Amino acid sequence: MNVALSTPVADTARPKLEVQKLDAWFGNVHAVKDISLGVDARSVLAIIGPSGCGKSTFVRCLNRMHELTPGARSEGRVLLDGEDVYAVDPVYLRRRVGMVFQRPNVFPTMSIRDNVVAGLRLNRVRADYEAIVERTLTQTALWDEVKDRLDASAIALSGGQQQRLCIARALAVEPEVLLMDEPASALDPIATAKIEELIDELKQQYTIVIVTHNMQQAIRISDKTAFFYMGVLIEHGTTQQLFTRPERRETEDYVTGKFG
Amino acid sequence: MNMAMTNVAAGQYAIPRRVGSHRARAVTNGVMTGLCAAAVALALVPLFSVLWLVVSKGIHSLSLSFFTKLPAPVGELGGGVGNAIVGTLFMVGLASCIGLPLGVGAGIFLAERGDGKLGHVVRFTAEVLAGVPSIVVGVVAYGLIVLPMRHFSAMAGAVALAILMIPTLARATEEMIRLVPRSLREASLALGVPAWRTSLSVVLRTALGGLINAALLAIARAAGETAPLLFTALNNQYWNLHPLQPTASLTVQIYNYAISPYEDWHDKAWGAALCLLILIGGLSLIARLAAGRRSQA
Amino acid sequence: MDKGHTSREFDRELRTLRDRLLAMGGRAEEQIARAVQALVKRDDTIAQAVIDADATIDQDEIGIDELAFLILARRQPVASDLRFVMLALKVVTDLERIGDLAVNIAKRVRDLMRFPLSPMQDRIELLAERVLGAVQLALDAFVHGDAERAEKVIDGDVDIDALNMHVIADVISGGDVNDAHTVARALALSSVSRYLERIGDHATNIAEMVIYFVRGRDVRHHWPRPRG
Repeated sequence: MNVALSTPVADTARPKLEVQKLDAWFGNVHAVKDISLGVDARSVLAIIGPSGCGKSTFVRCLNRMHELTPGARSEGRVLLDGEDVYAVDPVYLRRRVGMVFQRPNVFPTMSIRDNVVAGLRLNRVRADYEAIVERTLTQTALWDEVKDRLDASAIALSGGQQQRLCIARALAVEPEVLLMDEPASALDPIATAKIEELIDELKQQYTIVIVTHNMQQAIRISDKTAFFYMGVLIEHGTTQQLFTRPERRETEDYVTGKFG
Repeated sequence: MNMAMTNVAAGQYAIPRRVGSHRARAVTNGVMTGLCAAAVALALVPLFSVLWLVVSKGIHSLSLSFFTKLPAPVGELGGGVGNAIVGTLFMVGLASCIGLPLGVGAGIFLAERGDGKLGHVVRFTAEVLAGVPSIVVGVVAYGLIVLPMRHFSAMAGAVALAILMIPTLARATEEMIRLVPRSLREASLALGVPAWRTSLSVVLRTALGGLINAALLAIARAAGETAPLLFTALNNQYWNLHPLQPTASLTVQIYNYAISPYEDWHDKAWGAALCLLILIGGLSLIARLAAGRRSQA
Repeated sequence: MDKGHTSREFDRELRTLRDRLLAMGGRAEEQIARAVQALVKRDDTIAQAVIDADATIDQDEIGIDELAFLILARRQPVASDLRFVMLALKVVTDLERIGDLAVNIAKRVRDLMRFPLSPMQDRIELLAERVLGAVQLALDAFVHGDAERAEKVIDGDVDIDALNMHVIADVISGGDVNDAHTVARALALSSVSRYLERIGDHATNIAEMVIYFVRGRDVRHHWPRPRG
């Protein structure tokens, strides 16, 4: 409890990721409205809110996945180490800002090994693949479970293992920021616990933004929490403050389950 | 039904006995299963009678020389359809060289960029083209190639077959690519892989099993066509592997033998038909095996 | 708690917790009042009744603890719900201690009845009145979620402490040290005074918890209106 809720030591004055007045649309639907917030380096930001509140869209704006949806557009600035992500090639941006999705999406035609290094191989990056496979699978606590069948198809793994493989695949590209869109929502409690444990480890190295429907999960793993409602950032603060004495009535009603 | 309603009205939610009794349901189940089985049997009757007829009538004509020799004149014993088998394979091969890249390419375009106006036009055209009778396609190839060149040719036949392959192949390819979950494409893009490489290395690779299957079925279908070849490749009594010369094909050979008044040519028609059946059956089998192996992997 | 939880059952659990806490608070208040009454009237029957009634308060404590644990385990409450359950768990301990202290007072009252009335009786009755008032005000603040009333309880504790000091000083200095009866009476009286002062401390604890519960949030803002 103390470990999870303690605020991280701020080692830089400037946040790793800084969002300024971000708006996003799907066609005529204004999904994200004028959101500004910062994410400190090596910290976990949890984004909570009811379904359709724009939290996934917000996260997808951070690595410019949002613009891939037909009819989608966005305005405002997202700064990664002070550099506007909308001014750089999205392909390179996504190598710095990795993403893990709600449902595990391993490449079904590839082996476990090939899945891990897919990001490197598809980009023709030469590296010591064997070492990377072992390092990332160890990081994701999957190495012992799969080291004897690295050439087996990735879809033979269980859901939780597949999701950890997806995280390993994202880590292999060595991103600086990791976006996670409800990474544990399709998993059983044991697999969820492993993912949460993993996030706690990854925090030492990466800046993590995680969307979650599970408030207890947000309490367990995040340093700061942002509450979104109808595309608006209602409240953003330390997780401890937000869940013990929220400042806004809307937050209070949402976290205590007095919604709708 | 009435019973059920009165029961609900009376606030009793017990299942009405007559509707739900185990025996009644078992009987209904049995009758329905029986009807389905009868329908299946009925559908299989023509299929098996065709197979039986072709095999029983064609088997006598089959011999090694039937596969390797040129056709013999009327009344002469022996002879074969070797040149027609080679001609069919040659023209289908040529048609595949033209039709596969175009059909698969169009399918990729439809799947990746087909949501715009051009996509709708292409898709509509493909649908119309798929419904055009094959003899019309033959006439078109005749007009486009045979008339200007003043010569029947294997190339003209191949073009006609390719035109038949393209629309179905394009639609099948589109379907196969669209079956690849969007999440896989996103997974690749999120790793910083460019869009074009994502399409090739992730999406197409995932759809490959289905694509191979669709291509083999399109080829098999082309191999069984007669009408488009009648005014394009015409026929040839001799071996030919020149694309600009008339070429024999199994289907036209069967047609010619079958409409002739001679008894022994009729036998040869059955033999050639059996040949064609084996060829197409073999292709379909390969398609099945290929698809099965992919889906298991 | 103007807006109900989506889970009605959760609402019922919280309401039960609050009701039981209020009932226990009422009983604790009544115990003090009757102990004081026994002191004033020198009534052995009332004193005995106070001693007997303590078991009910102990039962209340067990029941409320169980319910609070159940809610923690079942609902994992956060924000105001969490603060309320924490408030309940702390207040229940204070109320139970108040009940015990009322019993202690009742026992000392039975001792005192063997002696003639002390000249300090008035002072002690005044102290008792103040303490009872503080407990009532603290429970009132809890019922109404009123931080200002709770602050008054905390402010008033200084007076109670001062009054207690006076009573004890006077009891000790005022008596004949050689008279064994007087010494015993002085000891009993100063005990009662100290018990009363401690009840005042528990009332302060309750008031502090009420302030934490209430001030934990700010309800100035409203929901954004849906557009379109």
